[in-house]
Amino acid sequence: MRRISLTFLPLLVLAAGVVVGARASTAGTTLNLVAYSTPKDAYAKIIPAFQGTAAGKNVSFNQSYGASGDQARAVGAGLSADIVALSLEPDVSTLVKKGIVPSNWKQNKYRGIVTDSVVVFVVRDGNPKNIHTWADLTKKGVQVITPNPFTSGGARWNVMAAYGAERAQGKTDKQAIAYLKSLFKNVSVLPKSAREATQVFASGKGDVLLTYENEAIYANKKGVHTEYVLPKQTILIENPVALTKSGLKHSEAKAFLRFLWSSKAQKLFGDTGYRPVLKSVANSPKYHYKQPKTLFTINSKALGLRGWKSVQYRFFDHSSGIMVRVIGQ
Amino acid sequence: MIGRYALRFGALGYLAFLLLIPVGLIFYRTFEHGFQPAWDAVTNPQALHALWLTLIIAAIAVPANTLFGVVLAIALVRHRFPGRGLVNAIVDLPLALSPVVVGFSLYLLYGTGGWLGGLSEHGIKILFALPGMTLATIFVSLPFVVREVVPVLREIGTDQEQAAETLGAAPFTTFRRITLPAIRWAVCYGVVLTTARVIGEFGAVSIVSGRIEGKTETLPLYVQSQFEGFNTTGAFAASVVLALIALTTVLAMRIFRPKEGVA
Amino acid sequence: MASSAAVSVRAPGAVLGRAGGALARGIAVCYLSLIVLVPLAALIWSSRSQGVQSFWDEVTKPEALAALKLTLGAALLVAAFNAVTGTAIAWVLVRDSFRGKGFFNAVIDLPFALPTIVAGLVLLELYGPNSPFGVDLAFQRAGLVLALLFVTLPFVVRAVQPVLLELDQEMEEAAESLGAGRIAVFRRIVFPNLLPAILSGVALAFARAVGEFGSVVLISGNIPFKTEVSSVYIAGQVESDNPAGAAAVSVVLLLISLGVLLLIGAFRHWRTQHDR
Repeated sequence: MRRISLTFLPLLVLAAGVVVGARASTAGTTLNLVAYSTPKDAYAKIIPAFQGTAAGKNVSFNQSYGASGDQARAVGAGLSADIVALSLEPDVSTLVKKGIVPSNWKQNKYRGIVTDSVVVFVVRDGNPKNIHTWADLTKKGVQVITPNPFTSGGARWNVMAAYGAERAQGKTDKQAIAYLKSLFKNVSVLPKSAREATQVFASGKGDVLLTYENEAIYANKKGVHTEYVLPKQTILIENPVALTKSGLKHSEAKAFLRFLWSSKAQKLFGDTGYRPVLKSVANSPKYHYKQPKTLFTINSKALGLRGWKSVQYRFFDHSSGIMVRVIGQ
Repeated sequence: MIGRYALRFGALGYLAFLLLIPVGLIFYRTFEHGFQPAWDAVTNPQALHALWLTLIIAAIAVPANTLFGVVLAIALVRHRFPGRGLVNAIVDLPLALSPVVVGFSLYLLYGTGGWLGGLSEHGIKILFALPGMTLATIFVSLPFVVREVVPVLREIGTDQEQAAETLGAAPFTTFRRITLPAIRWAVCYGVVLTTARVIGEFGAVSIVSGRIEGKTETLPLYVQSQFEGFNTTGAFAASVVLALIALTTVLAMRIFRPKEGVA
Repeated sequence: MASSAAVSVRAPGAVLGRAGGALARGIAVCYLSLIVLVPLAALIWSSRSQGVQSFWDEVTKPEALAALKLTLGAALLVAAFNAVTGTAIAWVLVRDSFRGKGFFNAVIDLPFALPTIVAGLVLLELYGPNSPFGVDLAFQRAGLVLALLFVTLPFVVRAVQPVLLELDQEMEEAAESLGAGRIAVFRRIVFPNLLPAILSGVALAFARAVGEFGSVVLISGNIPFKTEVSSVYIAGQVESDNPAGAAAVSVVLLLISLGVLLLIGAFRHWRTQHDR
């Protein structure tokens, strides 16, 4: 038996090497796209569209999707990436700090933001528990699903939307944080990523799911019997995309990035539920989404939101962040 | 008399609800919507690659652990050397260690900033590529061949081997002609256990894989990504493939099991 | 034992063979080191790299402690439960006879061969929100325990079966003919003989339950302080880029694993002493 394995072992390793090596040496360039969990379907359409253009001919893509924070960490640990498309800016900033993404990644017309969305409430068909406002989420007996803010980008948007909504209704900082505490008392499951959270909700658990609008639309497309409520006050979600230093070495990667802001790609984003950032597409009737009464951003100073850098530290630091105490009750 | 039936139905009922019905559900859910969707779900490129990757990792990990397992077993039983007790403990460790800890320790070692992190800068990708996933799989499946061979080696004793030596046989000949045939069924059983563990590995590999679609997804990882993408048919179809492999392994275990507990 | 004088007359090939043997052993030990020791050394090194205080802080974080308590508690519960059910199942498979026994005997190994993620998936489908039975154990501790029971099923059964098989039934029959009840016979005669085997099976089940990840991660909901076990906590720490936290709790789990191994060794030793 051992003799047999002895003979086969080098042959198998050789064979494996040949196969793996052969796969790698396809003609043309291969670009590595590392993204957060929800835009998978968007890129499934955008990549072939790009490959149909002159710049994208003979370009193949390796794609990896997962929770935004998790993906950023993996890239930091050595996961090959030419283009990173993450849920929120701090995850790109970690890569800047690690020297993987150049510090000038934001310097274009759109400040590096490729898609917009908003935080919405996804409820069961017919909204049986009558959930319309942020206050409804803290009612007794309402089960809320949101991902874990320490791994998921979407979860962080949810938290800041909740906080900002309270501030927008005139509450103080202290009261808004107290609201977060009562909100998380109703949180029954904390999945790792936004996509996983949708999965949990679709499987029948919970009364309301806090998530990106584009994810709500995706769930509906996939036949999940839900509808979504656009709350009166909500946050503008802005998803960044950046080239890494290794991506900069390939003109095809730069072309792909430019393509993401083309009308064609922005329309494809719109088709999968995102709010386009390209004005001409965003204003067209097909992609014109309903605007919430009060739409704020992470930079709405009047509501105590002073940008991701301060918010990330104040709310989501591993040891001293506010969310550590909120979840830890 | 009633006690016997009660015990029987209790035990078998427990097995049915915990084990048989869940596993049966895999087949039901897969073919719920017909054969064609299930077939499509496992024959698309991503699924086929996942299966291929799983088998490639097995093709490397199983022979490696078999080869070194036999050598280690012989070393542990037949030779006294300093640190023997430590080697014994290390061999058994993967049995008791969480796969997450295994994956994470490899991640620390081969990741940027780790002791061997420099390898990736020289173009040798360990993490998020086949080598890292294989190393994780070898780690968790290490003990089985050793643990099966060691008691057999102890039991057969050294008489025959020593007799061969006094008759002038070289050590390798002794091994080939006397030791190997004596342990071959133990080795077979160990190989079956190792293969089962290798194909089923999930936790350690999920930390070091990077989930690059069509590149670093094993079949168990594919099951998870399908489930998360609302493709339940795909997830269950891939699970059927894994369940069939598992059932084959279980059958092989029955055939090669050293002490048969049931007539 | 064999005369060393005879052995000292060696063919030249034997000398090479002996050196080759030593080389093979050396390579095997290197293999072991590379695969197991070096990564674990990197882990231990990483955990102490920020100092003892930081290690302690990470281990005593409320969420980490809650995960550890839940992990140990659930593992103990499941191990104890398996001690009873595993022995019962082994008894039925050895002492009883009925049609299909061979089938049931074979499927005991299924949790070992099935990928944990598949196990988690089907348990979620069967006993979660979509359950045809109308129960919903998902995202709570009951779901966690269910998953652990699934993956630890084979250990006690397979540990007890061979011992039960080899047990000489004469003593039991003698006791019964003298009027002892079946339960007393079990308690006084059979059980003491089975105990070492049961305990080593229990230790293996415990170790497996402590480290379990794939089956738990889908059905338990991973809610901090409620259903998050240590393996999931570690994965979460890795994913949220806090390797110090992951390393610290990993080292704790590593120590628990080593402790359990020592225990298993002790039971094994006791069992071989017990065999006559």
